[in-house]
Amino acid sequence: MSPRKRRFELAKVPASVGVGLDERLQGATLLRRALNKVFPNHWSFLLGEIALYSFIVLLLTGTFLALFFDPSMTDVEYNGSYAPLRGTAMSQAFNSSLHLSFDVRGGLVMRQMHHWAALLFMAAILVHMFRIFFTGAFRKPRELNWVIGVLLFWLGFFEGFCGYGLPDDALSGTGLRIATGIILSIPVIGTWTYLSLFGGEFPGTEIIPRLYIVHVLLVPALLLALITVHLALMVKQKHTQFAGPGRTEHNVVGVRMVPAFALKTGGFFLLIFGVIGLLGGLIQINPIWLFGPYKGEVVSAASQPDWYVMFLDGSTRLMPDWDLHLGPYTVPGMFWPTVVLPGVLTMLAIFYPQIDRRIYRDREAHHLLQRPRDTAARTALGMMAIAFFMVLTISGGNDVVAQKLNISLNAMTWGGRVALLIAPPIAFYVTYRICLGLQQHDREVLSHGVETGIIKRLPDGRFIEVHQPLSGNHLEYTGAPVPKKMNKIGALGPAVRGFFRPIEKSAPPPPAATPVSPADAPRSLEEAKPPKR
Amino acid sequence: MSTEHLGGRSAVDVGGGHGSGGEGFDVDDPRNTRFDLVREGIRRDGMEIVHYAPAFPLGKKSRVEKRVERTVALLFVLAGLLAIGFVVAYIWWPFRYQYGPVASKLYTPILGATLGGSMVVMGLGVIVWAKKLLPSEEVVQDRHDGPSPYDEQKLTGATIMNVVDETGVKRRPLIKAALLLPAAGLGAAAVAPLVGGLLKNPSDGHPLLTTGWNPANNDGKAVALTRDDGTPIRPEDVNPRGQMTVFPGIPGGSTTKWADSPVLLIHLAPEDAAALRASIAESEQRLAAGQSVAKPVVNGMWQDFVAYSKICTHAGCPASLFEQQTNRLLCPCHQSQFLIIDQAKPIFGPANRKLPMLPLDVQNGFFVARSDFLEPIGPTYWERPVEIDQQEATS
Repeated sequence: MSPRKRRFELAKVPASVGVGLDERLQGATLLRRALNKVFPNHWSFLLGEIALYSFIVLLLTGTFLALFFDPSMTDVEYNGSYAPLRGTAMSQAFNSSLHLSFDVRGGLVMRQMHHWAALLFMAAILVHMFRIFFTGAFRKPRELNWVIGVLLFWLGFFEGFCGYGLPDDALSGTGLRIATGIILSIPVIGTWTYLSLFGGEFPGTEIIPRLYIVHVLLVPALLLALITVHLALMVKQKHTQFAGPGRTEHNVVGVRMVPAFALKTGGFFLLIFGVIGLLGGLIQINPIWLFGPYKGEVVSAASQPDWYVMFLDGSTRLMPDWDLHLGPYTVPGMFWPTVVLPGVLTMLAIFYPQIDRRIYRDREAHHLLQRPRDTAARTALGMMAIAFFMVLTISGGNDVVAQKLNISLNAMTWGGRVALLIAPPIAFYVTYRICLGLQQHDREVLSHGVETGIIKRLPDGRFIEVHQPLSGNHLEYTGAPVPKKMNKIGALGPAVRGFFRPIEKSAPPPPAATPVSPADAPRSLEEAKPPKR
Repeated sequence: MSTEHLGGRSAVDVGGGHGSGGEGFDVDDPRNTRFDLVREGIRRDGMEIVHYAPAFPLGKKSRVEKRVERTVALLFVLAGLLAIGFVVAYIWWPFRYQYGPVASKLYTPILGATLGGSMVVMGLGVIVWAKKLLPSEEVVQDRHDGPSPYDEQKLTGATIMNVVDETGVKRRPLIKAALLLPAAGLGAAAVAPLVGGLLKNPSDGHPLLTTGWNPANNDGKAVALTRDDGTPIRPEDVNPRGQMTVFPGIPGGSTTKWADSPVLLIHLAPEDAAALRASIAESEQRLAAGQSVAKPVVNGMWQDFVAYSKICTHAGCPASLFEQQTNRLLCPCHQSQFLIIDQAKPIFGPANRKLPMLPLDVQNGFFVARSDFLEPIGPTYWERPVEIDQQEATS
């Protein structure tokens, strides 16, 4: 079998390399299993991918920025290309941020991409979390991954806040100053914590270097570790899937990782990266040179943090002036909306899988997702949380709303306080009713058929709408999507393809008999009744 | 049993290749196509192909297939051109900031448009490829869910518990007890450097009770009110109803080293000054009568001038938006509002305390601070004293 002289054959290289590797690593079985892993398809499964891919963009652009940014509070005089600030006294951190923006090739596009990617990262995390929540994907056995997700949100939040503080411009300094107010509001340890973290009184010279190491090392390392665990658990536990034909609690139906999923997700990664690139180049964000260096006495109206921090800004604005006096000691009103509220929200989120178990008396493992309409109470709770979050977020920019819409600022604050109390219950009630209505409509279609839009006059003069039954048999309600329109059940032929002219022969004409044959017409008065609303 | 592979068929039924799958499958059977091997691998991985159809039949390409092929190729070429455009612009487009409508203003937008555009177009190409040209498939994989078999749980549990037995901690309580000490000690040692290195005692120098206005910063002399360039201020420099941000007249007084010291100096209109004097007098009376009043009551006015700390008593932002019409100071961060003709008491928003008033005086025709603030400036905290004992604070 083995020739004396081995001739080099290019075509045999992959095979021989593969065999050689397997002789050393025994990976053939594992590798094939990985390549064959099945991924269910649903658009909402892409949300987590957006977060992952923007995190990759954050790592790439952040590494570039770190090569030029200097986290130093040394006083310097600006002498760079941006003429309006020349001669201004500022910290070296702000100076290097300006240098990065104006005197480093492509520095500004990197900075803006980094900022946009951070906003997208947090947005994707939040929407992804709500997808998981509304479909019940957090249920056993995935509670741990849900908790990791909650932690990832807060890590991302903290990471973003630290990064936002680094350039030492007027806005970032204002954000840090508010952070000192929040830290000071913590009972007993407030002053100790504040002075220790800042190495003295605000701002001091320590905080920027400390934030820097937190921002570029500690939190990213934690994020990376938790994301790794998050993904490893997802691979181990396999994806959830929506109910549908052939899909059970014990299988995964979809496409194999290679090539279909890999190609699609690779394209999706490029799309995300590209959109961040377009945003970073074309849409200005955080123009620190317009804000100027941080000075203790400088602030402007419409000082808003990044969007994911705005809900806490809003809660701070809506809080009444309630300081709690305990003898010689004080619990500042600031403590409740900025420390207690996020703490409570985090705990509620972390323990929600346990709460949900109680609500639905369900301790079983689940791999089939639920449609939001089928779990009305949970969906309503989620919408309640969204309403709460929205009121706070809008209140975080209530001065801008007041100014743009010419409303009294104080009215905005009072409106926010009232809305915070009444909007969530209203959201709960409305959502609950909508869910029940949607369930009801699904049941109607299952039992009576799809509305055809054909109005028929009966011999006795009454008008009825003809329904197209989905099947001759009784259909069980399974929580799977139900077709609601005639073209979803193939009543309309496929459209002729081609933009300017047809690129294929038009489809054969639809069968002579209309889908609604006389045989399908209502056979009894009971069936002819219009659906009850 | 097995369908002809990729021979223009539209779908594959389920099943193995030659040798009919299972244990008897011969991977070297020459009749097996590559896809038969793939399917056998899938079967062994606990999966099943329930639907598989090439996007287009093999053989002569249809017009639709050619069109898709051209579209994908076009997108890739466009992506490549944009990427080259990015590199060209990156290297040769002028990038340094210049004033006015110049080419360098377009540097960042061009980079974003070419780089982002290239990736978006490339991504679209890949996705069109995946969606239109790959075979459509539906594969079912067993989940292998549920816990490990009972035996496994039991055996692993025993293995873990056996560790405890083998170390004999239960049998040798002395070791267990002795272990507690290093556990506590090393735990504390791990935390100590971090905490110890960072720790600052608020009583050490009283940084929260003193500001740049403390005469101790000026060799015991009263500190002058200065502009941010360090020049002192005469009463004539501020018009009635006018206001000015002032800083302590000490080295670096207007820098962030003294971020707790900026003060808003206001020249009140005569009627507003009278209202403020009345407000202070009323508070002093209530204080003397032992009635409740927002302490400390400071009469820091000099003629019609008054100076308030700019640092908001809520979160520490500069409460610096001055509404001349209503005599209010508004903090733009959280919208607390302070009435300057009523000792800057908060009248709306989350702030709970008035802005501290700086006791003013005029020496040699220039404004000075008679003393430091008589109460802590800035946000409230747990052990915040109502009034500052000036002796203790500077000790």
